Amino acid sequence: MKMLGLSNKDTTFLLIVVGLTLLTPFLLQPFPVASGGNMFNAGYPDLMQRFAIFGIFAIGFNILFGLTGYLSFGHAAFLGVGSYSVVWMYKLLGYNVVPGLILAIIVSALFALLIGYISLRRSGIYFSILTLAFAQMMYNLAYSVLTPLTNGETGLQVYSNDPQVLRGPEHLDAPHFFNLFKMTDSTKLTLGGWEFTLSAGYYFTAVIAIIAFYISLRIFRSPFGLMLRAIKTNQTRLNYTGINTRPYTLAAFVISGMYAGLAGGLLAAMDPLAGAERMQWTASGEVVLMVILGGAGTLMGPVLGAGFIKYFENIFSKINDGVLHQWFAWMPDGLENVIITISHFFVGKSWHLTLGLLFMLVVIFLPGGLVEGGQRIAARFRGRKAKDDATHAAKTQPSAAE
Amino acid sequence: MSKSNFTRRGLLKTGAVTGAGLALPTIFTSAASAFTNEPTGSTVKFGFNVPQTGPYAEEGLDELRAQELAVQHINGEGDGGMLSTFSSKALDGTGILGRKVEFVTGDTQTKSDAARAAAKSMIEKDGVVMINGGSSSGVAVAVQELCQSAGIIFMAGLTHSNDTTGKDRKANGFRHFFNAYMSAAALAPVLKNAYGTDRRAYHLTADYTWGWTQQESIQAATEAMGWETVNNVLTPLSAGDFSSYIAPVLNSGADILVLNHYGGDMVNSLTQAVQFGLRDAQANGKNFEIVVPLYSELMAAGAGDNIKGVYGSMNWNWQLTDEGTQAFVKSFGEKYGRPPSNSAHTCYVQTLLYADAVARAGSFNPCAVAEALEGFEFSGMGNGDVLYRAEDHQCFKDVLVMKGAESPTTEYDTLEIVETTPVDQVMYAPDHPMFGGAEASLGECNAGA
Repeated sequence: MKMLGLSNKDTTFLLIVVGLTLLTPFLLQPFPVASGGNMFNAGYPDLMQRFAIFGIFAIGFNILFGLTGYLSFGHAAFLGVGSYSVVWMYKLLGYNVVPGLILAIIVSALFALLIGYISLRRSGIYFSILTLAFAQMMYNLAYSVLTPLTNGETGLQVYSNDPQVLRGPEHLDAPHFFNLFKMTDSTKLTLGGWEFTLSAGYYFTAVIAIIAFYISLRIFRSPFGLMLRAIKTNQTRLNYTGINTRPYTLAAFVISGMYAGLAGGLLAAMDPLAGAERMQWTASGEVVLMVILGGAGTLMGPVLGAGFIKYFENIFSKINDGVLHQWFAWMPDGLENVIITISHFFVGKSWHLTLGLLFMLVVIFLPGGLVEGGQRIAARFRGRKAKDDATHAAKTQPSAAE
Repeated sequence: MSKSNFTRRGLLKTGAVTGAGLALPTIFTSAASAFTNEPTGSTVKFGFNVPQTGPYAEEGLDELRAQELAVQHINGEGDGGMLSTFSSKALDGTGILGRKVEFVTGDTQTKSDAARAAAKSMIEKDGVVMINGGSSSGVAVAVQELCQSAGIIFMAGLTHSNDTTGKDRKANGFRHFFNAYMSAAALAPVLKNAYGTDRRAYHLTADYTWGWTQQESIQAATEAMGWETVNNVLTPLSAGDFSSYIAPVLNSGADILVLNHYGGDMVNSLTQAVQFGLRDAQANGKNFEIVVPLYSELMAAGAGDNIKGVYGSMNWNWQLTDEGTQAFVKSFGEKYGRPPSNSAHTCYVQTLLYADAVARAGSFNPCAVAEALEGFEFSGMGNGDVLYRAEDHQCFKDVLVMKGAESPTTEYDTLEIVETTPVDQVMYAPDHPMFGGAEASLGECNAGA
């Protein structure tokens, strides 16, 4: 049976993704709260929301980078534009997130159209540098020049004397969805030693992430997606056959810009503050890392990569020396100190180093990203015949690696 | 390969389960406790959110040292530090209200987003009742706003912008550190004595919120005593090279250069100004002088010999001789083998002040704690008599005017205390126009939950 215009296989795939997304609060909380493993639990609202939001960001970026091969180093600009749009809607209209999110998508599309129109006149490294230049320009504008609009370094936030014209007296006093629930609403389920937090904000972003994933799935399977892949494979040849590729790349650029704007808008929907550093080049670089780490050009890869990086950023960075001492307290003193001195360089504030090493390992040994790792493991579990089939299939159809 | 059989019934079932999953969070509302993260066991958790990476990592590290020390003293370990000199005796070294204090740390990276993510994980995952720290005003304002909406107390660390307790003040946020207005008010009389009233000042200002409030404050204070402002040039943050901004200064008719820069920017701009020969130059028949409104130990160390004789201001310095300072410097020095910095001091004091307010209020409820802190007068914490003003949650205390030492003996005494400006001189009204005017309001205290 086919659903929503998808093939059997894709329907199953989508349903698996939906299932995983909805069960995230349980899957990410594998350890009881009282145990030492609680340190590694990631099932708290803020981090789950980030997984979903940066998943959307990476899915969108993948439509451009994974399909057309155009490497943009400026997508964080759209993230920032989206956030500012949402906070401005809070300030002017009220705390309902919907108008802001719609505006975020529209405004980021307009910016993407402008930046894409200019940058896409070049390809390869020149394109990357142009997008980077635009993003840095926008970051600097937001940081200082446009302070009346962005509140500069401090970040745009809602004040009690803002107009909020659509806000009624009965309306909730924080970002909400048509006054039905606040994004910060959550409930705790306690089962034995385990504690699960079901957050309204997470499920809101999760539903949007699923829709975003579905749209990306449809784009991947569409003739438009095929055209984008063709551009990645051999753009010159397409040009010689008389096809003007620029409208296609521009469309891909705008779509991925809209995804980024949506993600930025959702960031502000979960947390009503928009800061300029969201647009810094490091943020643009981060999404590139996410997509490559997970597997560029695959459907699930970017989401995995986003989750992976956000997990490191939020969990590993909190393992400080005090925690290490607790872990290794059972060892003899001398050995304990040696182990702690060594691990000191890989956790806590040095989490970047661990991430960097992992990134190198993935790029060297798994060029297809984490998705390729998953496929290899899956292939190992299957019989030898199946494995032969898989390699055969991979040969004939190299880019169908989902 | 996989053969899936979707039936109408199956689809309905999936739909129902999905719907139930989506509706679940709205059916239950938040758990039943009186306020956010009400401590339940025998311990209570603090969150220390400081920059551990990025340009202010050194400063953040020193803040962490001080915070750890404060927790030890509250729990009755070590020599008690300032608890013995603190005028309030509500803390007895057995923790707070019978609970031992634990802490978690986070990295702000000196970015509002990262700081808020770290703070959120402390609130949502670790269940902290108070967050302390921050080494920049942008971060402090952002985290303060978050703590306000989450319903916990924010005890600001190093944040010097007027906005923190000005237009961005919040009922759940408290600042012990001084601000740009106070720096200017304290510096002006000293500058008048040293350089006279007939001076022409040229400002280089970091182009963001803190730089502007700093520049606005010092321009107002110096113009009030007769100085003229020649020009104010905004420089991009982390410019690295300031030579193109400094070159025009000498021929502008100015005889004073005010560097409204902080951290690495200040180190670079001051060093380059000295290299350009500004300090040896003459203008309008007077010696050319440089002023740096806000000093820190770290900046002084970075700028080396260039700060000799340059005036600036500080919240506190370890060279003070009162017994509170001595007790703190002794216990900090014994534990870490170095004197504490100005930002370490403010974080240490803020942690003790919070603990003391809880003990006096008899509750961890943020609204009760805020009430205990509002209008609280204390002494013995190194700054003389201090008032936590109720209207804007700003501490009022003496301000130190510092000067780069001519002949420092160690790397820790590169700055010397010129004068302790009494608190009356740096007082201002809560509705001062530089602090958001009459519109600025703390809002309602939020206990969350």
